[in-house]
Amino acid sequence: MTTARTETAAVVELAGVGAAYGPTTVLRDVDLALHGGQITGLLGANGAGKSTLIKVLSGLKPEHPGAVRVDGADVALSSPVQAGRLGVATVHQNVADGVVPGLSVAENLLLDELAGGAARRVVTRGDTLRRARPVLATLGLDWSDAVLRADAGDLAISDAQLLVLARVLHRRPRLLILDEPTSTLTAREASRLFDLLRTLRDDGLAIVYVSHRFGEVESLADRVVVLRDGTVKLDVTRDAPTFDWAAILRAMLGREIELDLARRAVRRGDGTPAATVRGVALLPDAPPVDLDVRRGEVLAVLGLIGAGKTELAETLAGARPVAGDGTLTLAGRPYAPRDPAAAIAAGVVLVPEDRRAQGLFPGWTLARNVSAPFLAELSRWAGVLSRRAEAGRAAQVIAALDVRGPGPHALVDELSGGNQQKVVVGRWLGAAPALIVLDEPFRGVDLGARRDIAAAVGELAHGGAAAVVCTSDVDEALEVADRVVVLVEGRVSLDAYIDEVSHDDVVAAFLGQPGAQG
Amino acid sequence: MRDRLFAVVVRWGFVAVTVLLVVYFAATEPNFRDADSIFSMLKYAAPTGIAGLGVMMAMTIGGIDLSVGAAAGFAVSMAAWTMVVGNQVGGVAVGVVLLGGALIGALNALLVVVARIPDLLATLTTMFVIMGLKLIIVDGRSISSRMTLDDGTTAPGRFTEGFLWLDRGEIGPVPVPLILFVLLTIILWFVLEHTRYGRALYAVGANPDAARLVGIRVQLYRTLAYVSCGVLASVAGLLLAARIGQGDVSAGNSLLLDAVAVALVGVSVLGIGRPNAWGTALGAVLIAVMVSGFTMKGLPYYTQDFGKGMVLLVALLLSFTLSRRRTVVTAGSLKA
Repeated sequence: MTTARTETAAVVELAGVGAAYGPTTVLRDVDLALHGGQITGLLGANGAGKSTLIKVLSGLKPEHPGAVRVDGADVALSSPVQAGRLGVATVHQNVADGVVPGLSVAENLLLDELAGGAARRVVTRGDTLRRARPVLATLGLDWSDAVLRADAGDLAISDAQLLVLARVLHRRPRLLILDEPTSTLTAREASRLFDLLRTLRDDGLAIVYVSHRFGEVESLADRVVVLRDGTVKLDVTRDAPTFDWAAILRAMLGREIELDLARRAVRRGDGTPAATVRGVALLPDAPPVDLDVRRGEVLAVLGLIGAGKTELAETLAGARPVAGDGTLTLAGRPYAPRDPAAAIAAGVVLVPEDRRAQGLFPGWTLARNVSAPFLAELSRWAGVLSRRAEAGRAAQVIAALDVRGPGPHALVDELSGGNQQKVVVGRWLGAAPALIVLDEPFRGVDLGARRDIAAAVGELAHGGAAAVVCTSDVDEALEVADRVVVLVEGRVSLDAYIDEVSHDDVVAAFLGQPGAQG
Repeated sequence: MRDRLFAVVVRWGFVAVTVLLVVYFAATEPNFRDADSIFSMLKYAAPTGIAGLGVMMAMTIGGIDLSVGAAAGFAVSMAAWTMVVGNQVGGVAVGVVLLGGALIGALNALLVVVARIPDLLATLTTMFVIMGLKLIIVDGRSISSRMTLDDGTTAPGRFTEGFLWLDRGEIGPVPVPLILFVLLTIILWFVLEHTRYGRALYAVGANPDAARLVGIRVQLYRTLAYVSCGVLASVAGLLLAARIGQGDVSAGNSLLLDAVAVALVGVSVLGIGRPNAWGTALGAVLIAVMVSGFTMKGLPYYTQDFGKGMVLLVALLLSFTLSRRRTVVTAGSLKA
């Protein structure tokens, strides 16, 4: 194992780098020197600024305050192509984006050449295969001709990731950035990747490894950098067999939230199940899951991306067929919604994961966005809509959730992310649902809006309904919920009221790797 | 201030152009001032406008229908065939044609909604199938009253007076096609703007995933949009058949481009930015004014398509290129 070589000149150095989107500052005054032969684990809660930092490094955020130096010389990372030329290579979280389906695996391996204009005009197939092999060889891979000729869109996701890595490494980068590279890999594929990264590190590559999984960072990193609120809160190199995870967690979460937690009253419902899930496999290879959602309480379903949260949310809301032999009940009766309309009629409503893609009607006013589920209710004979009733609904939502903006007739596109989310949540409040399911409701939502939404959801649940909040953020779960269910790869790893467990218990269950606690 | 001005130009520019053209033609061409010629011009716009309303319906759910021209042509031949060969009265022909239009729409819905073929390709296929089916039914010939059939006998029926009234009739001074056109525009405007059905159609067009998750039956509304498009196309075909007075096999062929153009112009005309009935109607009127005005001015007929193309280009620039800038400007001015 190598140790950090802080004495050598940094490959890439950030000095006083900041970043903002409109009025929102997401990175402040970041100083970070990345050295060859070192794997840096970059950690931070959602919204801490990790992805923006990656954007700066990979040339996707060219306009920012502060200086970037490569080998000590000031440079501008003005575009991904420019960043690539300077030796910065990034493998983004969504591997599928790096592969062009419809082209062969070999053509995908040579994509940089094809796109760069360096390619010859006439390309024969044999030639393509011949020239693709050295690219694969950078990873020590030797795929058969059949694989090289296959459509890259048909590759298994782990192989697609190897393809992207091979392509990226073939350019001999100085700094390699990996964003959540294991989120789509099996344990075996991940360990293969780790071996490769260690070899690359020993060859002198600087690596930034971004992950939510502490266990991976523990086993891989030479150094840990923690971001919170856009600034570097902790920067430690490994000087003991394990990192001080307690200190890392403190840096990630901040102390004040834990204090908040201790003061909050946890409510238990009367124990009657609002909905039950029996024998439903949330993921294709996961065992069936049993789960109760109880009346009068907010249940947080906590898990990483791909743990089965969205599957659970959509199954409850009728947006996804119940997997296998699973059954659902609602208020004690069998419940098998064939579509979201049926679920809504039964009193189950969903705030979907992706606000823009699944929740909002772009170009519509706030009032119309609020009234969309209630068109029948808001209309008189022959389906004629009552504009007054519609405006009344909107006014209620604006008042109940304190939606800041230019009023019910403003376009929803003009609202901030937090206020848009208030609209998507608020539209259901008037429906008096028996069960409200919210999938990642606080993503891209500011703290104030988060409080307002959490309060409204809590009020609804404690008033006799039930609420399920799916999240990948431990603090969010503990902040809003009475009870927490932790999902790891489609399995329930913890089910408890939050005053019965410690913060560390939840984190350990969430990571599925208790050893990572150090 | 400049933003306001720009918004006004986007919103009323097309209307202003139409009015200016009308004033110009009226000032320079005495014939154009004549009430009869104005009515006949608007009457001429009716089939295009009604087929355009059909395309508009398909566009509300985010789709498109390229089979409107073929559906109208099918309607022309079916109306003629029912009356001339089938020896039925006009009312029966109208019923047969409307049913046929609904079936064509249902076929489109089947391909797009159930078979999940992209709308452009599905309706293009329907266009070919329907055009071909029409030729098979009429043996590739135009059908006229009292024509000689294959076996040497004379066809039993003819275009009835009642049917021809669809084109030649007048209520007061207003021709029947124009009345039908205005009536359909008002009905569709009301349905789209003021009923939950219209709102649901627009919701499916704006964001089908969100629509499904708020409980709107997306498949049902997609089907509804295509079926109503088929019916409107067949109404356009009925008016064409009554105008020509025979089952011309080539009728309706040129209708597709005009109808799609009119619906697209309709999106931008009033700065509404989504398919809408009044915009579509206004687009049809604008094109009719242009065509008849410039024809009176002596421009040859073959320059018409170029003119229509330019109108469409301006409309698309207004609704895609310029209005995108407009939204940015609005958001910026809000923050300030």
